[in-house]
Amino acid sequence: MIEVIDAERCTACDICVNVCPTNVFDKTDGIPRIARQSDCQTCFLCELYCPEDALFVSPFADAPQAVDVAALKEATLLGSYRRAVGWVEESRHLRAADRSYRLFGH
Amino acid sequence: MTKPPDRAEKLSSSAGSVVFDADVLVLGGGPAGTWAAISAAEHGARVVLADKGFCGTSGATAAAGTGVWYVDPSPERREAAMASREKLGGHLQDRRWMVRVLDRTYVQSNQLAEWGYPYPVDDEGKPQRNSLQGPEYMRLMRKRTKQAGVTILDHSPALELLVDGNGVVAGATGLRRQKGDRWAVNAKAVVIATGGCAFLSKTLGSNVLTGDGYLLAAEAGAEFTSMEFSNAYAISPAFGSVTKTLFYGWASFTDEQGSVIPGASSKGGRSVIARALRQGPVYAQLDQADAETRRHMRMSQPNFFLPFDRTGIDPFTQRFAITLRLEGTVRGTGGLRIIDDNCATTVPGLYAAGDAATRELICGGFTGGGSHNAAWAMSSGYWAGQGAAEFARQLGTTSRRQSFRRGTVGLRSGNARPLQGGALARSVQDEVFPYELNYFREAGRLGGALRRLDALWSDASAAGAPDEQELLRAREAAAMLATARWMYRSALARQESRGMHRRDDYPEQDDRYLHFVTTGGLDDVWTSARPLGSKQYAEAAE
Ligand SMILES: Cc1cc2nc3c(=O)[nH]c(=O)nc-3n(C[C@H](O)[C@H](O)[C@H](O)COP(=O)(O)OP(=O)(O)OC[C@H]3O[C@@H](n4cnc5c(N)ncnc54)[C@H](O)[C@@H]3O)c2cc1C
Repeated sequence: MIEVIDAERCTACDICVNVCPTNVFDKTDGIPRIARQSDCQTCFLCELYCPEDALFVSPFADAPQAVDVAALKEATLLGSYRRAVGWVEESRHLRAADRSYRLFGH
Repeated sequence: MTKPPDRAEKLSSSAGSVVFDADVLVLGGGPAGTWAAISAAEHGARVVLADKGFCGTSGATAAAGTGVWYVDPSPERREAAMASREKLGGHLQDRRWMVRVLDRTYVQSNQLAEWGYPYPVDDEGKPQRNSLQGPEYMRLMRKRTKQAGVTILDHSPALELLVDGNGVVAGATGLRRQKGDRWAVNAKAVVIATGGCAFLSKTLGSNVLTGDGYLLAAEAGAEFTSMEFSNAYAISPAFGSVTKTLFYGWASFTDEQGSVIPGASSKGGRSVIARALRQGPVYAQLDQADAETRRHMRMSQPNFFLPFDRTGIDPFTQRFAITLRLEGTVRGTGGLRIIDDNCATTVPGLYAAGDAATRELICGGFTGGGSHNAAWAMSSGYWAGQGAAEFARQLGTTSRRQSFRRGTVGLRSGNARPLQGGALARSVQDEVFPYELNYFREAGRLGGALRRLDALWSDASAAGAPDEQELLRAREAAAMLATARWMYRSALARQESRGMHRRDDYPEQDDRYLHFVTTGGLDDVWTSARPLGSKQYAEAAE
């Protein structure tokens, strides 16, 4: 489930509020709020759309988890999904790196 | 010069609601809905698309990504592709539809390439188009939908259909969750593309898929088919949501003690895993993947690795506990019955596409996941959009048409106790999640579950509408309940095992059941047998 909106990085662009399929976030006067965490379906898409790498979705789907933001940053886990799919400048080539055709029919 | 697309018209925007006038209304903005909207617009219609979540991130494809049934048009390859799954599907498929879907999927996929989808190129320089990255694909589809002139309503779940005095569909109404008000769209035709029903199991990207479109179509009188093929379960790490199953083809499965579970496998041995999970924990490890395969896996499905990388598990060298999450009709094949080549349903003006529609025509009784569903979503979306646009054009002007709301359960005003969506959803899950009820079926157990589900339906029907905040939950739970009843009633009617439907009391395939099971009804759920399409034609020719 979504666990973190990092106040240091978040610019209150509200993209996450818009793109979350299950409407987990609320806009506020400042940075968005995780208003309905239990509605999170752990699809990781808010994180993928966050241009500031300010969000972290924990992979635990059924229960909230305590998360250490400093450790996440240390391990460069914030934004790792974006980098893996090529949605950042440095890894753009990964957008066309799908090798499924080598794996199908196994 | 191309003329700018005509847009749907906003009629009024008073406090509490917004009203649009359109030719075609598409409900759902996954692949099926976006292809339908674009196709309807290309065929001259003014289109509104309403999605429960956000068109572009919502639904199974956006989060998961899909293999696609994209096959080069050489006769041998096409023949092999069709033949390969006929036995698995229990010989219920229809060759004519398979040919159409293969042709259409080829065209649509190549269209995606022209639009700039970054398909990979293999070592020989040949483009490879049998896989789509979910976020990338659906981001592009949103963009193209907008460019086609379609008005998109995000965070706008449909609640009920509007129907005119002759029973012709006339639009729909719903909520705008982030605005706290309601929408209504008067339309000459409606496409249901709301996906399948995965019963809030948290299988990847699917908690928006609660069968809402089934319920509102049924309220207008639509019928369903192959609803017994609705017990797809997918493997995921026990704690996680990522039910991507391809890579488990390289896994070994072990029990608590570390002994390999005989017969357990992702393909062809998943029921063994289900049985083992009833005894205790089951572990997987992708120990059969060599270094090169591992590299390909990482590039092909970045989402598969999120649960592992974020918990410090190396899935190739360490074992991890797994579970099976129910995917219902999402990777099953049941859905709205379609009656012509344009995916019309039995209700005039109502069309169905993607997982909302049956996939029996190309999958029979075996899962549509893996490639067929994705092909079906783009093909049926294209056809349904075209069919809806043509229907709208033929209907002509509808300015003085009166329309009536068809919603029932959860929407009735009055003083009755309000419907509790959360509690109802859990009660339905109790009847559809357990492997001993749904994976391994048997008349006595199915009958018991149906009695409890029917009682829940009586209660829900008598309940009143909850307040606006709880309305969506209540309708979702009601849709899950209706879906469960069509599933199990159909499962009882098929007294054999075929495709994914397996009966402990009838373990063999029985050719007396080489037909489709149609179902429908709300207060009274009915089923009937329907001959296969190919058989019908054969008989007519005799
Ligand atoms: C983990 C996973 C992996 C899969 N892998 C494959 C694969 O490899 N190959 C393959 O062929 N298939 C695969 N599938 C199946 C495939 O994803 C679906 O068949 C496909 O997404 C269907 O497209 P759709 O547009 O019908 O539905 P979806 O993509 O599910 O979209 C439905 C849309 O309807 C919206 N909606 C729901 N209710 C309402 C409402 N009341 N009002 C308005 N909108 C509503 C939802 O928000 C959503 O946006 C997989 C499924 C899962 C879950």
